[in-house]
Amino acid sequence: MTALDEVKIGGLGSSRLRVEDNRFIRGRGNYTDDITLPGMLHMEILRSPLAHARITSIDTSKAWEIPGVRMVLTGEMMAQRNLAWMPTLSYDTQAVLATDKVRFQGQEVCVVVADDPYIAKDGCEAIVVEYEPLPPIVSPEQSMAPDAPLIRDDKEGQHDNTCYRWEVGDREATERAFAGADAVSRLKLHYPRSHPSPIECCGSIADYNPATQKLTVYMTTQAPHIIRAAVALVAELPEHMIRIVSPDIGGGFGNKVPVYPGYVAAILCSILLGRPVKWIEDKSGNLISTGFGRDMYLDSEMALRSDGKILAVRFSADTDQGAFFADAQPSKFKIGLLHSAFACYDIPTGYISARGHYTNKAPGGVAYRCSFRVTEAMFFQERMVQAAAVDLGMDQAEIRRRNLLRDDQFPHRTAFGFLVDSGQYGKCLQLGLDAIGYQDFKHEQEEARKRGRRLGIGISTMTEPLGAGNSREYDILGIKMFDSAELRVHMTGKAILRTGAKTQGQGHETTWAQIVSHELGIPAADVIVEEGDTDTAPFGMGTYASRSTPVAGAAVAMVSRKIRAKARKLAAHLLEVSEEDVEWELGRFFVRGAPDRGATIQECAMAAYSNMPDGMEPGLENNAYYDPPNLTWPFACYIATVEVDPETGVWDVMRLVAVDDCGVRINPMVVEGQIMGGLTEAYAMSNMQFQTYDAEGNMVGSNYMDYLLPTSWETPGFELHEVTTPCPHHPIGAKGVGECAAVGGPAAFVNAVMNALEDTGVRNIDMPLLPDRVWQALQDGQDVSGAPPVRND
Amino acid sequence: MYNETNTSTYSRGNGIPKEDGVDERRITVTVNGERRVVEVEPRLLLAHLLREGLALRGTHLGCDTTNCGACTVLVDGTPVKACTMLAVQADGHEVTTVEGLGTPSELDPVQEGFTVEHGLQCGFCTPGMMLTAKALLERNPDPTEEDVRWALSGNLCRCTGYQNIVKSVLWAAEKQKGAVA
Repeated sequence: MTALDEVKIGGLGSSRLRVEDNRFIRGRGNYTDDITLPGMLHMEILRSPLAHARITSIDTSKAWEIPGVRMVLTGEMMAQRNLAWMPTLSYDTQAVLATDKVRFQGQEVCVVVADDPYIAKDGCEAIVVEYEPLPPIVSPEQSMAPDAPLIRDDKEGQHDNTCYRWEVGDREATERAFAGADAVSRLKLHYPRSHPSPIECCGSIADYNPATQKLTVYMTTQAPHIIRAAVALVAELPEHMIRIVSPDIGGGFGNKVPVYPGYVAAILCSILLGRPVKWIEDKSGNLISTGFGRDMYLDSEMALRSDGKILAVRFSADTDQGAFFADAQPSKFKIGLLHSAFACYDIPTGYISARGHYTNKAPGGVAYRCSFRVTEAMFFQERMVQAAAVDLGMDQAEIRRRNLLRDDQFPHRTAFGFLVDSGQYGKCLQLGLDAIGYQDFKHEQEEARKRGRRLGIGISTMTEPLGAGNSREYDILGIKMFDSAELRVHMTGKAILRTGAKTQGQGHETTWAQIVSHELGIPAADVIVEEGDTDTAPFGMGTYASRSTPVAGAAVAMVSRKIRAKARKLAAHLLEVSEEDVEWELGRFFVRGAPDRGATIQECAMAAYSNMPDGMEPGLENNAYYDPPNLTWPFACYIATVEVDPETGVWDVMRLVAVDDCGVRINPMVVEGQIMGGLTEAYAMSNMQFQTYDAEGNMVGSNYMDYLLPTSWETPGFELHEVTTPCPHHPIGAKGVGECAAVGGPAAFVNAVMNALEDTGVRNIDMPLLPDRVWQALQDGQDVSGAPPVRND
Repeated sequence: MYNETNTSTYSRGNGIPKEDGVDERRITVTVNGERRVVEVEPRLLLAHLLREGLALRGTHLGCDTTNCGACTVLVDGTPVKACTMLAVQADGHEVTTVEGLGTPSELDPVQEGFTVEHGLQCGFCTPGMMLTAKALLERNPDPTEEDVRWALSGNLCRCTGYQNIVKSVLWAAEKQKGAVA
């Protein structure tokens, strides 16, 4: 008997087609808005039109008069139940419904519950709110001004608009390194505010059953167990009487991690009315009020030796947090993992200081398709490296070659304390350079320049810390960041697997089964995967920051191994030998020295229910809680070539080469899908996608006519390559991957455009590189900084 | 909002009696080949009639402003964004939704292509994408990559980066020509 062919049974390395597709292509998905419960009512939110104003009166009487309106809730009514404010994931508070004043445009002021959503909207229009406008603050600069109005006058002890200060690194060693440097390269950068904007908006159905006193909430959440904990704490309901169900999710990208006022208001309305209440956000509500990403200003310096060796980095970051500090990130790190910047380079020392600012803008700062604030870290890093190369007159590939960690340097402790454990950085860079034809392109670029054409090439190399915990360092609101899996093998060898993660398109239903298949030899098709229901799934921290495969995926491998250990005992019983004489090959135990005498995993499963040895507990199921020893460290090299039209400032992508090393790939097809999706978001952020505010605090980018997302027409094609360096601590050698391209990609595009402009003296154009900004830079020979101004003419 | 004639005496799907004075119009729409007679408020959007009134929830609402295309359906064979078309405008017309693609036992080549080429991740934009693709292949059975990219440019996807969606549609075109086994 020969061992099973792992790829044929859908194990590791199989580009198995996705099992979830079958329902989606038939229109049979089950998204939150697809759920209808008997007696269900509909909730709409009335939002503030002003960015900063005191509420002087709210008249809801006309709304109550509309037939079909069942409930109108104000902040005052929430306050009577101690629910006007709720905690954020960053130990701040956020208004559920405004009581005293509104602090950003789009803030939740009232909700109306009615028989159908049209009537609920009618109800919102009938509410009259009187405001006394206050001066709006729309930038960190304004926020810091000595005479700036205090945004958070609700907070005791808050006397200015600073929401946090944070620092890391060795300040003195860094100063010494700068003092001894041959050259210092400086760069100021802004990463514009951007919104994750999944196509499906947020929403929920709160269903409080007065008879059982149980609350069930169907909702668009990437982290159902965190929500259950938050609801238990905020609404003071017993945790076992709360069931959070996250059904199919139409994209998350970090936007669906926080707790939003709409969820809380819908829960209260359901409790008050004793009926299910559905709240489905519209796109504008999603874009103006829910978790944005980025909005960070950076002032950076790099100490350099004349041969290109980086001696130290020093930067200060200012984040525009909006009205409430609502970052979804590990508690200990106030600016996420910004200090993972330069982790792929051998940099002796560095120092970072950071300050967060309250402004009259939407709250957020979520990990938008990245590990917490890592997108900013890697973008700034790669822009700084390129600027240093330009300052030194060095080739941009060469400066990377001289500073990237060598293969023999792992594990490497970074200047900011991370332990980077594995990689083949030089190989990845070279593969990328070969694939794009680096030297040939530089020649082509020179020839084109003679004919008045501007071509550019940009490189971005980076590693990303993915898969939080470990639990020693990483927690959210005190809850340690581990994850879990529970596997139940039925008597015929079929199985059900549940995890604490929650897929939103990543394909867990397909890929988790592949891990089970790899560990147990059960065909992937025989394993069904369920996630998202807190009554049935084991406790886990959910899916964001590319943590699913590093943490929950590891738990899947570990629980499978527990099952295998018990199956080995069953096999020994069936084969009438001692356990020590039993050997394993994929899908089957056999007697050492007599390979024909064996028991398949399916036979062991049957024995667990029908023929277990005396004294053995029946059944074949187990669970595993996995606390990773370290983050995983994938590496990527992205290289873009572009042509800039000097007449219009429009730039087109000629080619994009991606080399990703994410360790062992469970399902190569799914991994490539993740990378292409990330590259598209990277292209979007560099080219068109941003949100900004005018001087009055009106958001520009509040709908898809203003907030530009790339279509199939603009999006370039991508060329993907891979290198595999298995993760040394992950049970199957996998690393996170879902976000690498969105994190590392933007710098490749921006570096390419800046490379095309290199002879003009322009060192930087802040994203997005809109044609008018590129054109302006070309006209003036000067940098273009900050968010694009809003012209009110 | 709506009332399917001869099937219910209530105007709202959740059993709430119709309010007096609500203006309703009777319309006839052929949906996925089946003739439906319904009474609707004039302001009711086609997307809501399909989703709530006729329980065809494969038509998704994304942006409310005709930009994202998640709600794309075919009206007399032409892709239309159902979030900005009134139900009354569909009176007398034929509407095809994702539920009208293929049969329970046999997928449409477009559906098959999206699976084979990994043309979807979260699946939210997929029904609209597939219907736009279906209409493209009806009028151009042999499209180039550029044709596909242009045809799909009214449908947004945040997950895939489009490359595999384009491949999915080209796969379906090949399949329809009988070139794919």
